[in-house]
Amino acid sequence: MIILENIDKSFKGLKVLDNLNISFEDKKITVVIGRSGEGKSVMLKHIVGLIKPDSGRVLFNDIDLNTINKKELNELRKKFGMVFQDGALFDSINIFENIAFPLRQHLKLSEGDIIKKVMSGLNDVGLSGIELKMPSELSGGMRKRVAVARAMILEPEIVLFDEPTTGLDPIMSDVINNLIISTQKQLKYTGIIISHDIEGAYKTADIIAMLYKGAIIETGSAEKFKKSDNPVVKQFVTGSMVGPIVI
Amino acid sequence: MNFILDYFEKIGFYILYLINELGSLIIYIWNCILSLFRYSINIDNLFDQMVFIGVDSFFIIGLTGLFVGMVLSLQAYYAAKIVGVTYMIGPTVALSMTRELGPVLTALMITARCGSSMASEIGTMKISEQIDALEVMSVDPYYFLSMPRIIASMIMLPILSIVSSLIGILGGYVVYKFFLGLNGTVFVDMIYKYMKLSDIYNGLIKAVVFGIILATISTYKGYEASGGSKGVGRVTTQAVVLSSIYILFADYILTSILF
Ligand SMILES: Nc1ncnc2c1ncn2[C@@H]1O[C@H](COP(=O)(O)OP(=O)(O)OP(=O)(O)O)[C@@H](O)[C@H]1O
Ligand SMILES: [Mg+2]
Repeated sequence: MIILENIDKSFKGLKVLDNLNISFEDKKITVVIGRSGEGKSVMLKHIVGLIKPDSGRVLFNDIDLNTINKKELNELRKKFGMVFQDGALFDSINIFENIAFPLRQHLKLSEGDIIKKVMSGLNDVGLSGIELKMPSELSGGMRKRVAVARAMILEPEIVLFDEPTTGLDPIMSDVINNLIISTQKQLKYTGIIISHDIEGAYKTADIIAMLYKGAIIETGSAEKFKKSDNPVVKQFVTGSMVGPIVI
Repeated sequence: MNFILDYFEKIGFYILYLINELGSLIIYIWNCILSLFRYSINIDNLFDQMVFIGVDSFFIIGLTGLFVGMVLSLQAYYAAKIVGVTYMIGPTVALSMTRELGPVLTALMITARCGSSMASEIGTMKISEQIDALEVMSVDPYYFLSMPRIIASMIMLPILSIVSSLIGILGGYVVYKFFLGLNGTVFVDMIYKYMKLSDIYNGLIKAVVFGIILATISTYKGYEASGGSKGVGRVTTQAVVLSSIYILFADYILTSILF
Protein backbone atom coordinates (compact mmCIF):
# COMPACT_ATOMS: atom_id res chain seq x y z
CA MET A 1 0.00 0.00 0.00
CA ILE A 2 1.32 3.41 -0.98
CA ILE A 3 -0.07 6.36 0.89
CA LEU A 4 0.45 10.04 0.28
CA GLU A 5 -0.48 11.83 3.48
CA ASN A 6 -1.19 15.56 3.77
CA ILE A 7 1.28 16.44 1.04
CA ASP A 8 2.03 20.11 0.42
CA LYS A 9 4.32 21.13 -2.38
CA SER A 10 5.07 24.56 -3.83
CA PHE A 11 7.44 25.69 -6.55
CA LYS A 12 8.67 29.25 -6.16
CA GLY A 13 5.51 30.33 -4.34
CA LEU A 14 3.19 28.43 -6.66
CA LYS A 15 1.22 25.93 -4.64
CA VAL A 16 0.94 22.76 -6.68
CA LEU A 17 -0.12 20.15 -4.14
CA ASP A 18 -2.30 21.37 -1.32
CA ASN A 19 -2.90 18.87 1.46
CA LEU A 20 -3.11 15.96 -0.93
CA ASN A 21 -4.27 12.62 0.46
CA ILE A 22 -4.48 9.46 -1.57
CA SER A 23 -3.75 5.78 -1.11
CA PHE A 24 -2.96 3.25 -3.80
CA GLU A 25 -4.11 -0.27 -3.18
CA ASP A 26 -1.82 -3.23 -3.79
CA LYS A 27 -2.24 -5.17 -7.00
CA LYS A 28 -4.87 -2.75 -8.29
CA ILE A 29 -4.73 -0.20 -11.06
CA THR A 30 -5.43 3.34 -9.94
CA VAL A 31 -5.84 5.97 -12.61
CA VAL A 32 -5.34 9.58 -11.56
CA ILE A 33 -7.02 12.06 -13.82
CA GLY A 34 -6.86 15.82 -13.78
CA ARG A 35 -6.32 18.81 -15.96
CA SER A 36 -3.02 19.68 -17.51
CA GLY A 37 -0.77 21.46 -15.04
CA GLU A 38 -2.68 20.30 -11.98
CA GLY A 39 0.34 18.54 -10.51
CA LYS A 40 -0.18 14.94 -11.57
CA SER A 41 3.42 14.41 -12.61
CA VAL A 42 4.60 16.14 -9.45
CA MET A 43 2.44 13.78 -7.40
CA LEU A 44 3.86 10.75 -9.21
CA LYS A 45 7.44 11.84 -8.57
CA HIS A 46 6.70 12.07 -4.85
CA ILE A 47 5.94 8.35 -4.82
CA VAL A 48 9.50 7.40 -5.82
CA GLY A 49 11.17 10.19 -3.86
CA LEU A 50 12.29 12.20 -6.87
CA ILE A 51 10.51 15.17 -5.36
CA LYS A 52 10.34 15.69 -1.62
CA PRO A 53 7.19 17.16 -0.08
CA ASP A 54 7.34 20.51 1.72
CA SER A 55 5.24 18.84 4.38
CA GLY A 56 3.37 15.56 4.70
CA ARG A 57 4.52 11.99 4.33
CA VAL A 58 4.93 9.39 1.62
CA LEU A 59 4.41 5.92 3.04
CA PHE A 60 5.33 2.71 1.32
CA ASN A 61 4.09 -0.30 3.30
CA ASP A 62 4.31 1.89 6.39
CA ILE A 63 7.87 2.98 5.64
CA ASP A 64 8.19 6.76 5.54
CA LEU A 65 10.35 7.63 2.52
CA ASN A 66 11.75 10.60 4.39
CA THR A 67 13.20 8.49 7.17
CA ILE A 68 15.22 6.05 5.09
CA ASN A 69 18.73 6.56 3.75
CA LYS A 70 19.85 6.54 0.17
CA LYS A 71 20.80 2.89 0.14
CA GLU A 72 17.43 1.82 1.50
CA LEU A 73 15.70 4.12 -0.97
CA ASN A 74 17.61 2.47 -3.81
CA GLU A 75 16.58 -0.96 -2.57
CA LEU A 76 13.00 0.20 -2.44
CA ARG A 77 13.15 1.71 -5.91
CA LYS A 78 14.07 -1.67 -7.35
CA LYS A 79 10.44 -2.62 -6.82
CA PHE A 80 9.35 0.20 -9.13
CA GLY A 81 9.14 0.72 -12.84
CA MET A 82 8.35 4.16 -14.14
CA VAL A 83 7.27 5.60 -17.46
CA PHE A 84 8.14 9.27 -17.57
CA GLN A 85 5.86 11.69 -19.36
CA ASP A 86 8.46 12.41 -22.03
CA GLY A 87 9.90 8.92 -22.00
CA ALA A 88 13.27 9.90 -20.52
CA LEU A 89 15.02 7.39 -22.76
CA PHE A 90 18.82 7.52 -22.63
CA ASP A 91 19.57 9.40 -25.81
CA SER A 92 23.16 8.23 -26.20
CA ILE A 93 22.33 4.53 -26.50
CA ASN A 94 20.04 2.70 -28.91
CA ILE A 95 16.59 1.30 -28.19
CA PHE A 96 17.85 -2.18 -27.48
CA GLU A 97 20.32 -0.93 -24.89
CA ASN A 98 17.70 1.34 -23.37
CA ILE A 99 15.39 -1.55 -22.67
CA ALA A 100 18.24 -3.85 -21.68
CA PHE A 101 19.62 -1.22 -19.30
CA PRO A 102 17.69 -2.23 -16.16
CA LEU A 103 18.44 -5.90 -16.89
CA ARG A 104 22.15 -5.26 -17.22
CA GLN A 105 22.23 -3.14 -14.08
CA HIS A 106 20.34 -5.41 -11.76
CA LEU A 107 20.35 -8.98 -13.08
CA LYS A 108 23.15 -11.21 -14.20
CA LEU A 109 21.60 -12.65 -17.32
CA SER A 110 23.30 -14.21 -20.28
CA GLU A 111 23.35 -12.10 -23.43
CA GLY A 112 20.96 -14.59 -25.03
CA ASP A 113 18.40 -14.16 -22.27
CA ILE A 114 18.71 -10.38 -22.47
CA ILE A 115 18.07 -10.44 -26.21
CA LYS A 116 15.06 -12.71 -25.74
CA LYS A 117 13.55 -10.50 -23.06
CA VAL A 118 14.15 -7.23 -24.88
CA MET A 119 12.71 -8.56 -28.14
CA SER A 120 9.61 -9.85 -26.46
CA GLY A 121 9.20 -6.55 -24.62
CA LEU A 122 9.46 -4.61 -27.87
CA ASN A 123 7.03 -6.96 -29.52
CA ASP A 124 4.49 -6.34 -26.75
CA VAL A 125 4.44 -2.63 -27.49
CA GLY A 126 4.24 -3.19 -31.24
CA LEU A 127 7.76 -2.08 -32.06
CA SER A 128 9.61 -5.11 -33.37
CA GLY A 129 12.51 -4.26 -35.62
CA ILE A 130 13.48 -0.85 -34.27
CA GLU A 131 15.97 -2.07 -31.69
CA LEU A 132 18.99 -0.61 -33.44
CA LYS A 133 17.53 2.88 -33.86
CA MET A 134 18.47 5.74 -31.57
CA PRO A 135 15.77 7.44 -29.45
CA SER A 136 16.06 10.63 -31.55
CA GLU A 137 15.05 8.65 -34.64
CA LEU A 138 11.67 7.67 -33.17
CA SER A 139 8.38 9.52 -33.08
CA GLY A 140 7.05 10.76 -29.75
CA GLY A 141 4.56 7.94 -29.53
CA MET A 142 7.18 5.33 -30.32
CA ARG A 143 9.44 6.71 -27.61
CA LYS A 144 6.55 6.49 -25.17
CA ARG A 145 6.05 2.84 -26.01
CA VAL A 146 9.75 2.09 -25.64
CA ALA A 147 9.54 3.75 -22.22
CA VAL A 148 6.65 1.45 -21.34
CA ALA A 149 8.66 -1.58 -22.42
CA ARG A 150 11.68 -0.41 -20.39
CA ALA A 151 9.59 0.20 -17.27
CA MET A 152 8.09 -3.29 -17.40
CA ILE A 153 11.20 -5.26 -18.31
CA LEU A 154 12.13 -6.15 -14.72
CA GLU A 155 8.54 -7.15 -13.96
CA PRO A 156 8.33 -4.70 -11.07
CA GLU A 157 5.88 -4.85 -8.19
CA ILE A 158 4.67 -1.33 -8.85
CA VAL A 159 4.55 0.43 -12.19
CA LEU A 160 4.02 4.16 -12.50
CA PHE A 161 2.81 5.40 -15.86
CA ASP A 162 2.82 9.12 -16.59
CA GLU A 163 0.34 9.45 -19.44
CA PRO A 164 1.23 6.22 -21.25
CA THR A 165 -1.25 6.82 -24.04
CA THR A 166 -0.95 10.55 -24.62
CA GLY A 167 0.32 11.20 -28.11
CA LEU A 168 -0.62 7.76 -29.42
CA ASP A 169 -3.20 7.14 -32.10
CA PRO A 170 -6.48 5.60 -30.87
CA ILE A 171 -5.54 2.11 -31.99
CA MET A 172 -2.12 2.24 -30.35
CA SER A 173 -3.71 3.70 -27.21
CA ASP A 174 -5.91 0.67 -27.06
CA VAL A 175 -2.94 -1.64 -27.57
CA ILE A 176 -1.13 0.00 -24.65
CA ASN A 177 -4.22 -0.01 -22.44
CA ASN A 178 -4.71 -3.69 -23.17
CA LEU A 179 -1.05 -4.36 -22.52
CA ILE A 180 -1.36 -2.68 -19.13
CA ILE A 181 -4.46 -4.68 -18.29
CA SER A 182 -3.12 -8.03 -19.46
CA THR A 183 0.31 -7.70 -17.88
CA GLN A 184 -1.35 -6.56 -14.68
CA LYS A 185 -3.53 -9.68 -14.67
CA GLN A 186 -0.49 -11.80 -15.28
CA LEU A 187 2.09 -10.15 -13.01
CA LYS A 188 -0.30 -8.65 -10.45
CA TYR A 189 1.60 -5.42 -10.13
CA THR A 190 0.26 -2.30 -8.51
CA GLY A 191 -0.40 0.14 -11.33
CA ILE A 192 -0.57 3.89 -10.95
CA ILE A 193 -1.51 5.63 -14.15
CA ILE A 194 -1.74 9.33 -14.88
CA SER A 195 -4.08 10.12 -17.70
CA HIS A 196 -6.39 12.65 -19.29
CA ASP A 197 -7.95 9.96 -21.36
CA ILE A 198 -11.22 9.35 -19.59
CA GLU A 199 -12.36 6.45 -21.80
CA GLY A 200 -9.04 4.70 -21.30
CA ALA A 201 -9.36 5.28 -17.57
CA TYR A 202 -12.78 3.64 -17.48
CA LYS A 203 -11.32 0.68 -19.25
CA THR A 204 -8.11 0.14 -17.28
CA ALA A 205 -8.87 1.41 -13.81
CA ASP A 206 -9.95 -0.50 -10.76
CA ILE A 207 -10.05 2.85 -9.02
CA ILE A 208 -10.13 6.33 -10.48
CA ALA A 209 -9.04 9.42 -8.56
CA MET A 210 -9.38 12.99 -9.67
CA LEU A 211 -6.82 15.66 -8.81
CA TYR A 212 -8.13 19.20 -8.73
CA LYS A 213 -6.55 22.31 -7.24
CA GLY A 214 -3.80 20.29 -5.58
CA ALA A 215 -6.01 17.77 -3.83
CA ILE A 216 -7.96 14.61 -4.60
CA ILE A 217 -11.61 15.56 -4.91
CA GLU A 218 -13.10 12.19 -5.77
CA THR A 219 -12.07 8.54 -5.77
CA GLY A 220 -13.99 5.45 -6.72
CA SER A 221 -14.86 2.99 -9.44
CA ALA A 222 -15.55 3.93 -13.03
CA GLU A 223 -19.27 3.51 -12.31
CA LYS A 224 -19.06 5.99 -9.48
CA PHE A 225 -17.32 8.50 -11.72
CA LYS A 226 -19.87 8.18 -14.47
CA LYS A 227 -22.64 8.94 -12.02
CA SER A 228 -20.81 11.52 -9.95
CA ASP A 229 -22.75 14.51 -8.66
CA ASN A 230 -19.64 16.57 -8.15
CA PRO A 231 -19.95 19.34 -10.76
CA VAL A 232 -16.16 19.50 -11.25
CA VAL A 233 -15.93 15.76 -11.94
CA LYS A 234 -18.98 15.92 -14.14
CA GLN A 235 -17.51 18.71 -16.21
CA PHE A 236 -14.17 16.89 -16.57
CA VAL A 237 -15.56 13.51 -17.58
CA THR A 238 -17.94 15.02 -20.10
CA GLY A 239 -15.20 17.31 -21.37
CA SER A 240 -17.40 20.36 -21.26
CA MET A 241 -16.38 23.99 -21.37
CA VAL A 242 -19.27 24.96 -19.15
CA GLY A 243 -19.04 24.31 -15.44
CA PRO A 244 -17.23 25.27 -12.26
CA ILE A 245 -13.71 24.76 -13.67
CA VAL A 246 -12.49 28.14 -14.84
CA ILE A 247 -10.39 28.03 -17.96
CA MET B 1 32.09 57.24 -5.55
CA ASN B 2 29.11 54.99 -5.95
CA PHE B 3 30.41 53.09 -8.90
CA ILE B 4 33.54 52.21 -6.95
CA LEU B 5 31.41 50.83 -4.14
CA ASP B 6 29.37 48.92 -6.70
CA TYR B 7 32.55 47.50 -8.03
CA PHE B 8 33.70 46.24 -4.67
CA GLU B 9 30.24 44.90 -3.98
CA LYS B 10 30.48 42.90 -7.18
CA ILE B 11 33.87 41.51 -6.22
CA GLY B 12 32.47 40.62 -2.81
CA PHE B 13 29.53 38.82 -4.36
CA TYR B 14 31.82 36.94 -6.68
CA ILE B 15 34.04 35.78 -3.82
CA LEU B 16 30.98 34.69 -1.83
CA TYR B 17 29.78 32.87 -4.91
CA LEU B 18 33.08 31.02 -5.28
CA ILE B 19 33.06 30.03 -1.60
CA ASN B 20 29.46 28.92 -1.84
CA GLU B 21 30.28 26.84 -4.91
CA LEU B 22 33.20 25.32 -3.06
CA GLY B 23 30.85 24.23 -0.26
CA SER B 24 28.39 22.44 -2.53
CA LEU B 25 31.31 21.03 -4.46
CA ILE B 26 32.71 19.42 -1.32
CA ILE B 27 29.34 17.79 -0.64
CA TYR B 28 29.30 16.57 -4.22
CA ILE B 29 32.80 15.11 -3.95
CA TRP B 30 31.78 13.40 -0.73
CA ASN B 31 28.81 11.80 -2.51
CA CYS B 32 31.04 10.67 -5.36
CA ILE B 33 33.53 9.10 -2.97
CA LEU B 34 30.70 7.37 -1.10
CA SER B 35 29.48 5.92 -4.37
CA LEU B 36 32.92 4.35 -4.82
CA PHE B 37 32.46 2.37 -1.64
CA ARG B 38 28.96 1.27 -2.52
CA TYR B 39 29.70 -0.03 -5.98
CA SER B 40 32.74 -0.98 -7.93
CA ILE B 41 33.57 1.42 -10.72
CA ASN B 42 31.76 0.91 -14.02
CA ILE B 43 34.58 -0.37 -16.26
CA ASP B 44 32.81 0.12 -19.59
CA ASN B 45 32.06 3.74 -18.88
CA LEU B 46 35.55 4.31 -17.51
CA PHE B 47 37.07 2.90 -20.66
CA ASP B 48 34.83 5.01 -22.92
CA GLN B 49 35.81 8.11 -21.02
CA MET B 50 39.51 7.29 -21.12
CA VAL B 51 39.30 7.03 -24.87
CA PHE B 52 37.33 10.26 -25.12
CA ILE B 53 39.53 12.28 -22.77
CA GLY B 54 42.83 10.67 -23.62
CA VAL B 55 43.15 9.03 -27.00
CA ASP B 56 40.89 11.46 -28.86
CA SER B 57 42.75 14.43 -27.39
CA PHE B 58 46.29 13.40 -28.35
CA PHE B 59 46.34 15.39 -31.55
CA ILE B 60 45.11 18.67 -30.13
CA ILE B 61 47.33 18.34 -27.06
CA GLY B 62 50.36 17.52 -29.21
CA LEU B 63 49.66 20.48 -31.45
CA THR B 64 49.37 22.92 -28.53
CA GLY B 65 52.52 21.52 -26.96
CA LEU B 66 54.42 21.84 -30.23
CA PHE B 67 53.58 25.50 -30.78
CA VAL B 68 54.14 26.48 -27.17
CA GLY B 69 57.55 24.77 -27.14
CA MET B 70 58.54 26.51 -30.37
CA VAL B 71 57.43 29.91 -29.12
CA LEU B 72 59.23 29.38 -25.82
CA SER B 73 62.46 28.58 -27.60
CA LEU B 74 62.15 31.68 -29.72
CA GLN B 75 61.26 33.98 -26.82
CA ALA B 76 64.03 32.57 -24.65
CA TYR B 77 66.45 33.23 -27.47
CA TYR B 78 65.72 36.99 -27.52
CA ALA B 79 66.42 37.26 -23.81
CA ALA B 80 69.34 34.83 -23.65
CA LYS B 81 71.11 36.41 -26.61
CA ILE B 82 71.43 39.73 -24.77
CA VAL B 83 73.37 38.24 -21.88
CA GLY B 84 75.00 35.61 -24.04
CA VAL B 85 73.54 32.51 -22.37
CA THR B 86 71.81 30.89 -25.34
CA TYR B 87 72.95 27.48 -24.00
CA MET B 88 70.29 27.94 -21.30
CA ILE B 89 67.42 27.86 -23.82
CA GLY B 90 67.13 24.06 -23.61
CA PRO B 91 66.60 23.91 -19.83
CA THR B 92 64.31 26.94 -20.01
CA VAL B 93 62.03 25.22 -22.50
CA ALA B 94 62.19 21.83 -20.79
CA LEU B 95 61.59 23.11 -17.27
CA SER B 96 58.78 25.44 -18.34
CA MET B 97 57.08 22.62 -20.16
CA THR B 98 57.36 19.88 -17.54
CA ARG B 99 56.83 21.99 -14.46
CA GLU B 100 54.25 24.44 -15.67
CA LEU B 101 52.99 24.67 -19.20
CA GLY B 102 52.58 20.98 -19.93
CA PRO B 103 50.16 20.34 -17.05
CA VAL B 104 48.42 23.72 -17.14
CA LEU B 105 47.91 23.94 -20.88
CA THR B 106 46.79 20.34 -21.06
CA ALA B 107 44.32 20.92 -18.25
CA LEU B 108 42.93 24.07 -19.88
CA MET B 109 42.63 22.41 -23.27
CA ILE B 110 40.93 19.34 -21.80
CA THR B 111 38.60 21.60 -19.84
CA ALA B 112 37.60 23.29 -23.07
CA ARG B 113 37.34 20.06 -25.02
CA CYS B 114 36.01 17.53 -22.51
CA GLY B 115 34.90 19.48 -19.44
CA SER B 116 32.43 21.41 -21.56
CA SER B 117 31.02 18.25 -23.03
CA MET B 118 30.75 16.56 -19.63
CA ALA B 119 28.72 19.49 -18.32
CA SER B 120 26.48 19.72 -21.36
CA GLU B 121 25.97 15.96 -21.59
CA ILE B 122 24.98 15.58 -17.96
CA GLY B 123 23.05 18.85 -18.13
CA THR B 124 20.98 17.58 -21.04
CA MET B 125 20.35 14.33 -19.22
CA LYS B 126 19.25 16.31 -16.22
CA ILE B 127 16.71 18.50 -18.00
CA SER B 128 15.31 15.62 -20.04
CA GLU B 129 14.72 13.60 -16.86
CA GLN B 130 17.29 10.96 -17.80
CA ILE B 131 19.02 11.48 -14.45
CA ASP B 132 15.66 10.98 -12.72
CA ALA B 133 15.18 7.83 -14.76
CA LEU B 134 18.59 6.54 -13.61
CA GLU B 135 17.66 7.23 -10.01
CA VAL B 136 14.34 5.46 -10.27
CA MET B 137 16.20 2.47 -11.70
CA SER B 138 18.36 2.57 -8.54
CA VAL B 139 21.43 3.46 -10.55
CA ASP B 140 23.46 6.05 -8.70
CA PRO B 141 24.31 8.79 -11.23
CA TYR B 142 27.47 9.62 -9.27
CA TYR B 143 28.65 6.09 -9.72
CA PHE B 144 27.41 5.75 -13.26
CA LEU B 145 28.20 9.15 -14.75
CA SER B 146 30.55 11.09 -12.47
CA MET B 147 33.13 8.62 -11.22
CA PRO B 148 34.12 7.18 -14.62
CA ARG B 149 34.72 10.71 -15.89
CA ILE B 150 36.65 11.84 -12.84
CA ILE B 151 38.84 8.76 -12.71
CA ALA B 152 39.45 8.74 -16.46
CA SER B 153 40.44 12.38 -16.31
CA MET B 154 42.73 11.73 -13.35
CA ILE B 155 44.49 8.91 -15.24
CA MET B 156 44.70 10.55 -18.64
CA LEU B 157 45.79 14.07 -17.69
CA PRO B 158 49.33 13.08 -16.61
CA ILE B 159 49.75 11.02 -19.76
CA LEU B 160 48.60 13.90 -21.94
CA SER B 161 50.75 16.26 -19.95
CA ILE B 162 53.84 14.13 -20.70
CA VAL B 163 52.93 14.05 -24.38
CA SER B 164 52.51 17.80 -24.40
CA SER B 165 55.83 18.38 -22.62
CA LEU B 166 57.76 15.99 -24.84
CA ILE B 167 56.42 17.42 -28.06
CA GLY B 168 56.96 20.93 -26.69
CA ILE B 169 60.61 20.19 -25.96
CA LEU B 170 60.92 18.67 -29.41
CA GLY B 171 59.42 21.83 -30.95
CA GLY B 172 61.83 23.93 -28.92
CA TYR B 173 64.69 21.80 -30.17
CA VAL B 174 63.63 22.15 -33.80
CA VAL B 175 63.49 25.94 -33.51
CA TYR B 176 66.81 25.99 -31.64
CA LYS B 177 68.66 23.88 -34.13
CA PHE B 178 67.03 24.65 -37.46
CA PHE B 179 65.59 28.17 -37.22
CA LEU B 180 68.10 29.73 -34.85
CA GLY B 181 70.93 27.61 -36.21
CA LEU B 182 72.41 26.81 -32.80
CA ASN B 183 74.09 23.60 -31.67
CA GLY B 184 71.45 20.98 -30.92
CA THR B 185 73.73 18.89 -28.73
CA VAL B 186 74.06 21.76 -26.29
CA PHE B 187 70.26 21.98 -26.07
CA VAL B 188 70.01 18.34 -25.03
CA ASP B 189 73.08 18.26 -22.79
CA MET B 190 71.98 21.29 -20.84
CA ILE B 191 68.55 19.76 -20.26
CA TYR B 192 70.24 16.68 -18.78
CA LYS B 193 72.39 18.89 -16.63
CA TYR B 194 69.66 21.11 -15.19
CA MET B 195 66.51 19.02 -15.12
CA LYS B 196 65.82 16.84 -12.10
CA LEU B 197 63.53 13.87 -11.88
CA SER B 198 61.43 15.79 -9.35
CA ASP B 199 60.64 18.40 -12.02
CA ILE B 200 58.92 15.68 -14.00
CA TYR B 201 56.97 13.99 -11.26
CA ASN B 202 55.93 17.21 -9.60
CA GLY B 203 54.53 18.24 -12.98
CA LEU B 204 52.67 14.94 -13.07
CA ILE B 205 51.25 15.48 -9.59
CA LYS B 206 49.90 18.78 -10.85
CA ALA B 207 48.34 17.08 -13.85
CA VAL B 208 46.61 14.51 -11.63
CA VAL B 209 45.18 17.24 -9.41
CA PHE B 210 44.05 19.31 -12.42
CA GLY B 211 42.40 16.25 -13.92
CA ILE B 212 40.40 15.68 -10.76
CA ILE B 213 39.46 19.35 -10.54
CA LEU B 214 38.25 19.75 -14.10
CA ALA B 215 36.20 16.56 -14.21
CA THR B 216 34.71 17.08 -10.77
CA ILE B 217 33.61 20.63 -11.46
CA SER B 218 32.38 19.88 -14.96
CA THR B 219 30.25 16.92 -13.93
CA TYR B 220 29.01 18.72 -10.84
CA LYS B 221 27.90 21.68 -12.95
CA GLY B 222 25.97 19.35 -15.25
CA TYR B 223 23.64 18.31 -12.43
CA GLU B 224 22.87 21.96 -11.74
CA ALA B 225 21.27 22.46 -15.13
CA SER B 226 17.65 23.52 -15.10
CA GLY B 227 15.27 25.08 -17.55
CA GLY B 228 15.97 24.31 -21.16
CA SER B 229 18.81 24.51 -23.64
CA LYS B 230 19.72 27.88 -22.19
CA GLY B 231 20.20 26.27 -18.79
CA VAL B 232 22.52 23.69 -20.30
CA GLY B 233 24.48 26.43 -22.05
CA ARG B 234 24.79 28.35 -18.82
CA VAL B 235 26.18 25.45 -16.78
CA THR B 236 28.56 24.56 -19.58
CA THR B 237 30.02 28.06 -19.54
CA GLN B 238 30.20 27.99 -15.76
CA ALA B 239 31.92 24.61 -15.86
CA VAL B 240 34.66 25.86 -18.16
CA VAL B 241 35.16 29.16 -16.34
CA LEU B 242 35.12 27.69 -12.84
CA SER B 243 37.36 24.77 -13.78
CA SER B 244 39.88 27.15 -15.33
CA ILE B 245 39.89 29.42 -12.30
CA TYR B 246 40.31 26.53 -9.89
CA ILE B 247 43.04 25.00 -12.04
CA LEU B 248 45.06 28.22 -12.07
CA PHE B 249 44.46 28.70 -8.37
CA ALA B 250 45.54 25.13 -7.62
CA ASP B 251 48.56 25.64 -9.85
CA TYR B 252 49.76 28.49 -7.68
CA ILE B 253 49.19 26.54 -4.47
CA LEU B 254 50.89 23.41 -5.81
CA THR B 255 53.84 25.33 -7.21
CA SER B 256 54.46 26.95 -3.86
CA ILE B 257 54.21 23.60 -2.07
CA LEU B 258 56.05 21.35 -4.51
CA PHE B 259 58.97 23.36 -5.83
N1 LIG C 1 10.59 21.39 -11.24
C1 LIG C 1 9.62 22.32 -11.24
N2 LIG C 1 9.92 23.60 -10.99
C2 LIG C 1 8.95 24.54 -10.97
N3 LIG C 1 7.65 24.30 -11.22
C3 LIG C 1 7.29 23.05 -11.50
C4 LIG C 1 8.25 21.99 -11.53
N4 LIG C 1 7.61 20.84 -11.81
C5 LIG C 1 6.31 21.18 -11.97
N5 LIG C 1 6.11 22.50 -11.78
C6 LIG C 1 4.82 23.21 -11.84
O1 LIG C 1 3.88 22.42 -11.15
C7 LIG C 1 2.64 22.43 -11.83
C8 LIG C 1 2.18 21.02 -12.06
O2 LIG C 1 3.06 20.38 -12.98
P1 LIG C 1 2.85 18.89 -13.44
O3 LIG C 1 3.93 18.58 -14.39
O4 LIG C 1 2.71 18.02 -12.26
O5 LIG C 1 1.45 18.96 -14.20
P2 LIG C 1 0.62 17.76 -14.79
O6 LIG C 1 -0.62 17.65 -14.00
O7 LIG C 1 1.47 16.57 -14.89
O8 LIG C 1 0.26 18.33 -16.23
P3 LIG C 1 0.26 17.58 -17.63
O9 LIG C 1 -0.98 16.80 -17.68
O10 LIG C 1 0.26 18.69 -18.62
O11 LIG C 1 1.47 16.76 -17.67
C9 LIG C 1 2.83 23.24 -13.09
O12 LIG C 1 2.27 24.50 -12.89
C10 LIG C 1 4.32 23.34 -13.24
O13 LIG C 1 4.63 24.61 -13.76
MG1 LIG D 1 2.46 15.65 -16.34
